[in-house]
Amino acid sequence: MTELTKLTLAEARDGLVKGDFTSRELTEQHLTAMEQGRELNSYIVETGEIALEMADKADHMIKAGNATGMTGIPIGVKDLYCTKDVHSCSASHILNGFKPKYESTVTANLWQDGAVMLGKTNMDEFAMGSSNETSYYGPVKNPWRATKENGELGTKDYVPGGSSGGSVAAVAGDLAIASTGTDTGGSIRQPAAFTGLVGLKPTYGRCSRWGMIAFASSLDQAGPITKTVRDAAIMMESMASYDIKDSTSVERTVPNYEHALTQDIRGMKIGIPKEYHMDGMPKEIEKLWQQGIAWMKDAGAEIVEISLPHTKYALPTYYIVAPAEASSNLARYDGVKYGLRVEGDSLDGMYKNTRAEGFGHEVKRRILIGTYVLSAGYYDAYYLKAQKIRTLIAQDFAKAYEQVDVILTPTSPSAAFPMGEKSDDPIAMYLNDVFTVPASLAGLPAISVPAGLSSDGMPLGLQFIGRAFDEETVLRVAHVLEHAANFTAKPKVWWGDK
Amino acid sequence: MAKYIQGATGEWEVVIGLEIHAQVSSEAKLFSGSSTKFGSEPNTQVSFVCSAMPGMLPTINEECIRQAVRTGLALGCKINLRSVFDRKNYFYADLPQGYQISQFKDPIVGEGVMEVTLEDGSTKDIGIERLHLEQDAGKSMHDQHPTQTYVDLNRSGVALMEIVSMPDMRSAEEAGAYFRKIRTLVRYAGTCDGNMDQGSMRADVNVSVRRPGAELGIRSETKNVNSIRFMMQVIEFETRRQIDLLEDGGEVAQETRQFDPATGTTSSLRSKEEAHDYRYFPDPDLLPLEFTQEFVDDLAKSLPELPDAKRARLISEFGVSEYNASVLVAEKENADYFEELLGELARKTGQDKVKIATQAANWVIVDLFGALKKLSKPITDSPVSIVHGAELLALQIDGTISGRIAKDVFEIMLESGNGPEKIVEEQGLKQVSDTGAIEAMIDEVLAANQDKVEKYRGGKDKLFGFFVGQVMKKTQGKANPQVVNQLLRPKLDG
Amino acid sequence: MQIFEDQERPEKMSVDKTTVAKIADLARIAVREDELEPLAGELNNILEWIEQLSEVNTDGVVPMTSVVEVDLPWRADKVTDGGYRDDILANAPQTEHGFFSVPKVIE
Ligand SMILES: [Mg+2]
Ligand SMILES: [Zn+2]
Repeated sequence: MTELTKLTLAEARDGLVKGDFTSRELTEQHLTAMEQGRELNSYIVETGEIALEMADKADHMIKAGNATGMTGIPIGVKDLYCTKDVHSCSASHILNGFKPKYESTVTANLWQDGAVMLGKTNMDEFAMGSSNETSYYGPVKNPWRATKENGELGTKDYVPGGSSGGSVAAVAGDLAIASTGTDTGGSIRQPAAFTGLVGLKPTYGRCSRWGMIAFASSLDQAGPITKTVRDAAIMMESMASYDIKDSTSVERTVPNYEHALTQDIRGMKIGIPKEYHMDGMPKEIEKLWQQGIAWMKDAGAEIVEISLPHTKYALPTYYIVAPAEASSNLARYDGVKYGLRVEGDSLDGMYKNTRAEGFGHEVKRRILIGTYVLSAGYYDAYYLKAQKIRTLIAQDFAKAYEQVDVILTPTSPSAAFPMGEKSDDPIAMYLNDVFTVPASLAGLPAISVPAGLSSDGMPLGLQFIGRAFDEETVLRVAHVLEHAANFTAKPKVWWGDK
Repeated sequence: MAKYIQGATGEWEVVIGLEIHAQVSSEAKLFSGSSTKFGSEPNTQVSFVCSAMPGMLPTINEECIRQAVRTGLALGCKINLRSVFDRKNYFYADLPQGYQISQFKDPIVGEGVMEVTLEDGSTKDIGIERLHLEQDAGKSMHDQHPTQTYVDLNRSGVALMEIVSMPDMRSAEEAGAYFRKIRTLVRYAGTCDGNMDQGSMRADVNVSVRRPGAELGIRSETKNVNSIRFMMQVIEFETRRQIDLLEDGGEVAQETRQFDPATGTTSSLRSKEEAHDYRYFPDPDLLPLEFTQEFVDDLAKSLPELPDAKRARLISEFGVSEYNASVLVAEKENADYFEELLGELARKTGQDKVKIATQAANWVIVDLFGALKKLSKPITDSPVSIVHGAELLALQIDGTISGRIAKDVFEIMLESGNGPEKIVEEQGLKQVSDTGAIEAMIDEVLAANQDKVEKYRGGKDKLFGFFVGQVMKKTQGKANPQVVNQLLRPKLDG
Repeated sequence: MQIFEDQERPEKMSVDKTTVAKIADLARIAVREDELEPLAGELNNILEWIEQLSEVNTDGVVPMTSVVEVDLPWRADKVTDGGYRDDILANAPQTEHGFFSVPKVIE
């Protein structure tokens, strides 16, 4: 039996049901790979014992004929999900040692279906970042490295994207079959693009946020990070549910997403937003996008140029709304109920010292921005204005969907970049999310699909944005593009003993 | 009618506004399923939601929505079919989320006007600005440990209604009447138990003074005053303090103050410079709260008769005096007791309610309330049942016992819990109307007091009462006083 | 939109050291005196970048309240939660006699 870690989720599922191997075997191989791959820093904690217990339980389920798509599948769980009695800190020092006494709805759904938890994956602190360099537990390394001009693999470390950087690195490095991510402004899609994976952000309200450590409540959504579109469909079905404990969760039946993968998109109208052609965008991104358009045409889709006139305002709007909500969501970290406490000369002193030491620089910067834009006299000019522009952005999409069924764009304006390259310039970092943020602000489902490699061999992704609750169309077109692109490249293993 | 306060340099007017926090009567908290029960062990009525654990989300309790609407209706305010929950951001040990979920721009209940009755019988309209729903905080205990404050989150997340008045009150009396009326109304509507001892109602008291007719002065806000008496003390104290300050050439600071019940004074808690910047914004975890007019109408139909209507009805239907009616309706339970008693009494005596209502009202207000006050018992826990109360009154009305004896019987009822008919029977307290027996006793009394008879006959009319008293004494109060009068007069006059 | 070349950022400082100190105080984050100036610079960069929103005409636009069109779900008034104090206090840095314990608040 060899290399079960190379399997896709669908392959593993089929193999498990056929009895080719057990979940225990599958899980053990992953645990070994995780050990080998610690250099990537993709996991904050490995939960080997729990994983094996869950695997045995899954094997029982399979034997009893009760298997679902996720039964026996070993996955990584982003540290932002609260998992009962297991480290859940959103990669922040302020939650030092926090082990919740409850399980998030999304992970509970996955465990219910028999999935296996390998560990908690690294991430940008409180999901604030696009390179996974802000984690208290250190940066995550992208399993991919650029090739030098002579064709050899380079030695420079690249970022995996963020904030779900640990989740993508684990899957791209074959340290998990799939993983959960969360996406606030692109945190599933951009790192998926940076690592040659599929990342799906469903419609806001599709997955329960209960038990997900909040960053920006009106934007945060759970979603799968997988090797293929089919895998994303299978995992999405398990993660999604209506949850009475989340008032923003939407009561709709969860379809069988895998059934949507028909390979038939004839007559479908695909919108190409003209505002996404941006000055200074690398030629290869533009080229890849054109290639994507060509593939869609070949598959019988109709290409329609559309306009999303407020696109350029999406990013600054996001950088008002998200920090404002975050400044309030993160107020609960005060050294009283859980996590870090740094003593001070008074209650306020304790608060200030705890929060000064507990939060990293990027988090503090966003809390300060958020506090400022909500403060007396500035609310209307910043927050209220941003929420109005958000309405305009959502209206742009609504208008576009009168003409088209789905929208095709690049996922990110560049491929993964070397570590440290953008850490000093927050705005340059924020620009990574320029193509992902608009869909987040409008709450729309969007997927990133690996579509090619950059000239130096780094993965690039294309994004589909769909109508609200139309994940099926998004998955269907993504599946077609995936086949057309036939993206089979894998990172060369440079970590561990190899 | 303006009431001005004489200062050293002229007249002043006090302007008062109240923010009353009333705890919503509900089983569970506003945004979590934990219990609202009072007085439990610390942190036992706390969920992951009300302790603000990471990733927890609020879900709204529908009964709290209904209670807020009922209260708004009872107060005669506009009900807003769409309202929004906002976050009020500030740090405090007993505020686990780091923000309070409240309603800022769009409250569930809007404006209204309430008429209050003052001691001299005059009325005054006081504007209500709004009522909004919000979460209560936990409880900090500062006196349990020398260097630590202890935090109990049992109250954290309990639903409160904040009822904000317009700055329409001009005296402590008006503010007292307003607070009392709000308390009466929420108790009628069943939306708050009004239990001040347990903190179910408390007020933030805004006081400022100005020269009559001048612009509003700078106000102080005294927080969390938990009795009507204290609130009135706060107003008296703040009025005096501010007038003195201004007359000495000083300025009133816009600040938050606290009341010390031991001294009856207030002291500064925070100045405006230190004041919070609450950074309100709509809570993204909650969607706007929306309901239909039909929902409101159904709640309106289910409301009980409110005190103003009830008072008017007691007056018009039964001829109860205005004063008695006001006293009776102050608590719904009192009015209910009275009405049930009156019904029972009418049935027993066959008399028209109008004829017996005043006697019944007087008995409830004077005798029963007096006894309950001594016993520190609420009317719902009265040792005298409605049936027994009606029996007692019926015995007086049909002449079986005198009013004097009735008072004794009532005392025995309170002590023994027995019914009045039984007591009267067993202790032989029936009124004596037998003219022969009374005549004999009159003769005895006259014989024993010949000197006084002489004086009476000599013109000292007032001695008539003395003879009545002696005869009553001889019969241990059982003689029918009317019969005594009828028989005594001709004998004395000779 | 120019996204890769350095954008022109005006010199105007809308947030000064005092303001940063005030915001940090509101947010209860201790900031050393020598951190104020650089923080002010960082915040200004971001705020000035955000400033471009002022060119959007938003007259009569309803601010977004929720991206999904759903009604707020109402919960029945039943006690369904709580009663697990040990779990509530399990992660607390300091507890005493079933209370959370914090440095004394002087009022
Ligand atoms: Mg207030
Ligand atoms: Zn309040």
